[in-house]
Amino acid sequence: MINFQYLRTTSAKSALVLLQKGKNSKFLAGGTNLIDLMKRGVTAPERLIDINHVPLKQIELIGTKIHIGAMATNSAVADHALIKEKLPLLSWALQAGASAQLRNVATVGGNMMQRTRCGYFYDTEMPCNKREAGSGCGAIDGFNRMHAIFGTSEKCIAVHPSDMCIALVALDAEVVLLNSKGERKILFKDFHRLAGDTPQLDNNLRPDEMIVRVEIPLNNLAKNSYYLKVRDRASYAFALVSVAAGLELLNNKIVNVRLAMGGVAHKPWRLTTAEEFLKGKDATTENFEQAAKLSMTDAKGFGENNFKLKLAPNTIIEALNLAKSKA
Amino acid sequence: MENRILKDENDRVDGFLKVTGGAKYFAEYELPGLTYGVLVTSTITKGKITALDTKAAEKAPGVIAVLSHLNKPSAPAYEQEGGSQMKIFYTDKIFYNGQPIAIVVANTFERATYAASLVKATYAKEEFNTNLDKALKNSKAKKLQGQPDYKRGIENAYKTAEIKIEQQYILPIETHNPMELHGIIADWRPANKVTVYAKTQGVKATQGTIANVFKIPIENIQVNSEFVGGGFGMGLRTWPLEIATVMASKHIGKPVKLVITRMQMFTMVGNRPTAIQKVGLGATKDGKLTGITHTAFGETASYENFTEGVVNMAKFMYQCDNVNTSYTIVPVDLGVPIWMRGPGEATGAFALESAIDELAHELDMDPLDFRIKNDPEMDQQKNKPFSSKNIKEAYKLGAEKIGWGKRKNKPGSLIEGSWQTGYGVSVGVFNANRGKASVKGILRADGTLLLQSATSDIGPGTGTGMGLIASKLLNIPTSKITFELGDSSLPPAPSQGGSATLSTIGSAVNDVCVALKSTIAELAANSNMDATSNFVDVLKKNKLPSVEITKESQSGKERDNYSMYSFSIHFVQVKVHSLTGVVKVSKIVSVGDSGKIVSSKTARSQMVGGAVGGIGMALTEEAIVDHRYGRYINNNFADYHVPVNADVPEIDVIFIDKPDFLVNPMGAKGMGEIALIGFSAAVANAVFNATGKRIRNLPITPDKILA
Ligand SMILES: Cc1cc2nc3c(=O)[nH]c(=O)nc-3n(C[C@H](O)[C@H](O)[C@H](O)COP(=O)(O)OP(=O)(O)OC[C@H]3O[C@@H](n4cnc5c(N)ncnc54)[C@H](O)[C@@H]3O)c2cc1C
Ligand code: SF4
Repeated sequence: MINFQYLRTTSAKSALVLLQKGKNSKFLAGGTNLIDLMKRGVTAPERLIDINHVPLKQIELIGTKIHIGAMATNSAVADHALIKEKLPLLSWALQAGASAQLRNVATVGGNMMQRTRCGYFYDTEMPCNKREAGSGCGAIDGFNRMHAIFGTSEKCIAVHPSDMCIALVALDAEVVLLNSKGERKILFKDFHRLAGDTPQLDNNLRPDEMIVRVEIPLNNLAKNSYYLKVRDRASYAFALVSVAAGLELLNNKIVNVRLAMGGVAHKPWRLTTAEEFLKGKDATTENFEQAAKLSMTDAKGFGENNFKLKLAPNTIIEALNLAKSKA
Repeated sequence: MENRILKDENDRVDGFLKVTGGAKYFAEYELPGLTYGVLVTSTITKGKITALDTKAAEKAPGVIAVLSHLNKPSAPAYEQEGGSQMKIFYTDKIFYNGQPIAIVVANTFERATYAASLVKATYAKEEFNTNLDKALKNSKAKKLQGQPDYKRGIENAYKTAEIKIEQQYILPIETHNPMELHGIIADWRPANKVTVYAKTQGVKATQGTIANVFKIPIENIQVNSEFVGGGFGMGLRTWPLEIATVMASKHIGKPVKLVITRMQMFTMVGNRPTAIQKVGLGATKDGKLTGITHTAFGETASYENFTEGVVNMAKFMYQCDNVNTSYTIVPVDLGVPIWMRGPGEATGAFALESAIDELAHELDMDPLDFRIKNDPEMDQQKNKPFSSKNIKEAYKLGAEKIGWGKRKNKPGSLIEGSWQTGYGVSVGVFNANRGKASVKGILRADGTLLLQSATSDIGPGTGTGMGLIASKLLNIPTSKITFELGDSSLPPAPSQGGSATLSTIGSAVNDVCVALKSTIAELAANSNMDATSNFVDVLKKNKLPSVEITKESQSGKERDNYSMYSFSIHFVQVKVHSLTGVVKVSKIVSVGDSGKIVSSKTARSQMVGGAVGGIGMALTEEAIVDHRYGRYINNNFADYHVPVNADVPEIDVIFIDKPDFLVNPMGAKGMGEIALIGFSAAVANAVFNATGKRIRNLPITPDKILA
């Protein structure tokens, strides 16, 4: 633990200025992840810039996109009438995460930026390349029951723990970032990174940037979508595997489909091969099974997480069936 | 306790205070000049501290002292040889990862926390082992007898039986982790007078330990512990961290408060240790048990031995002429365990009651019929009759309530979409203990009764139960009765553990009330009043503000002539998702056969709490150690999963409610332990019935179902 400075600001612009001034500054949103990381000595910012008073809490329909401010709380988004009606998948994914108390303070920006829950990452007495480059990966030969099966690297097999992000990647969201030159947009699927040789980097946010909002295009998936989260207890547990499934059906024909998986990779895992396979086909269990199989071609287990090789396709099939039977 | 709002005689006397924040727990006492302690803990698993740099911490703002083995704060008993090797601050040895090695005391908690992070230890590491399985496979590893071997009839008779099973069952480390964090406030004053506010299951035990370590008279020590936010057994001893806090207060001459962190709750205040058990069972083709062999291996620490009653149940629960058991404890380099709810028995019952289910399956018998068929008339181990046992009635009531008739003996028979349904049953049993205790009763002319005893209430509702006993005997409404506890200056009572409080203290309450009644009758006779006169009138007539009686009470010879146990039967229905491996407990019926129910509401709460703990043991709880480092991986409440509301269905509780006056004058047996014992096996048995998959290592998580 080191002493740190606490600053508070009321505009995004001034937040950015403060960010650039300090050597090691961090935004403080709900604090539900950052404060824990500071207590455990995983991160030690010299300044905290409290952005809770920055007016970025909007949830609104602008044209054909729903805009959600980075400081909107997880519960505000989940409970919002517009989201429940147009993007129920996002609402359910949020409700499947954490606990009511946490969701009341956790923000959209913070949720995207939350770090992995890998136990070795949190314990400064154990090796972890993500926390301390070159120290080794404690999980790869250790306790890796919760860890990734897709897109892993020799350096890190951690998963991104968010539920919200699984829905957002499925919904083709875009992230809007602000820096001193203005706004820049990137696709949600390109926001998070694979571990590769740089496991210390979770995403492509630059050090001088701030997340200001996400934008989600309207779609016709609301009727037949489902967020299925498999976990060790019925609530308040991170996903072993989760699947966000959205279908647009016309007489049982799949006109459009979105599939993404959580708990399996260093980033929210969009199942594009399965989507392509399903498009134009009938919504049958057989086709769902085939799609699930196609999704697993590059999967790899590390021992304790081998069960995910079975759980993941099963969860895809079940989620698709549940999405379909919603109508 | 004031402010009581009792709508019903059975309401908790402390309920109002607890739900309104009025109940004051140890950490909430504000003493003048209070200082704050924070522990520094070892980051290696075994070895020696070669250097400890405390300079930066000592210079940090607000720091009053940094105590460690370097300055050996005074504790006379620790200066002598012998006793546990874990004499805090009197050894440079490291016995486990997370062992307290120093305490930093500062004028605020935050400053103490910061300064503690500045203490730097250097170690000489030694090889270690935290893995029970590995120790068992290593012939050189130390193994100690945990209990004398037991043999009745032929050894390992199951091996030659017509039908037999032989299986291994594994339980992981489970932690007590009550909501309230552990700690203590110690206030050492001049002339060696000490007051502590503790989180303890025994104020007299805490008082005794402090007296022993610091070699001061017992009377110098005042222990207060009126409210305890859960214990489950971890408050049954005074831990090194508590001694460290008393040392610190003595050293600096100011009160010191220590509250440990949730992470520290995993390492330094005990656990239910890992156990590996083997059960062999044999029966005749028509289902008579002919052999039981129960062999258990449990963890203990390298610096202290810990034992519990893992293999007891096998000796008497079923009619069987050939039984042998053994229990071995194996030192590993982890903190010493401590009894946890259903100590030993909950571990043993998972293995035995799973095995019974497995054998019934081999016999193609309904496991309930199999149990009834092998229900003993008397205790074959002690060769004595049971003081009372209504198990057949309990089987019947529970089976009806859960709808046992819908169960199919063939596993995997009940399928609805992706969900498979199964039913399971299991038995729990625990000694109907009764110890020795004293209670003082003061009957006052204002119509109130004050009862006092140095017992505890870690949550079961001690005061409520005692009030109900007294209320019945003296015909006083419970709203006019106060029961004071959690104070070492009150008449002595044992620690709250082993389901003995109601039986032990309740009997003393009974005896005091009976004595008060006859005193009032005598006074009435002396003052020419009717023997049935109200005590208020009698006291007034005699110009007495109150009468006061103290009684010590313990059981008589009946204990030698009978076998005394409390029993429980747990029925559960589970739903298992065939694709995702998720297990949901969908119905619970727990039947308690524990004598007369004295306090219906708190008794039910015990059974409900036991069932919830049982779901945790069966499905979610496992403290995981990375054996390469000797450190816990999931030492927080996000990753160590206790059941949440959504995991718990409606719980039906049935009591047989028949008095057993051989046990005590109320006819009531304890029930804190039986509420949990056996529950995990009922879930595992139901999972087998649903899916045909037998999970022999807890917890039953989705990965194991899919495997
Ligand atoms: C016990 C527990 C259980 C949980 N369970 C789940 C679960 O099941 N599913 C799930 O999805 N999540 C879960 N979470 C995680 C939770 O969702 C995140 O902690 C939360 O969303 C983080 O949001 P926050 O606002 O509190 O972020 P903070 O902790 O304030 O910040 C997190 C990070 O984001 C950065 N940041 C915040 N806002 C911005 C911004 N606008 N621009 C740039 N950077 C920013 C901060 O600097 C910091 O580095 C759980 C958390 C806990 C503690
Ligand atoms: S998986 Fe990643 S986060 Fe976990 S120990 Fe390895 S490097 Fe660290």
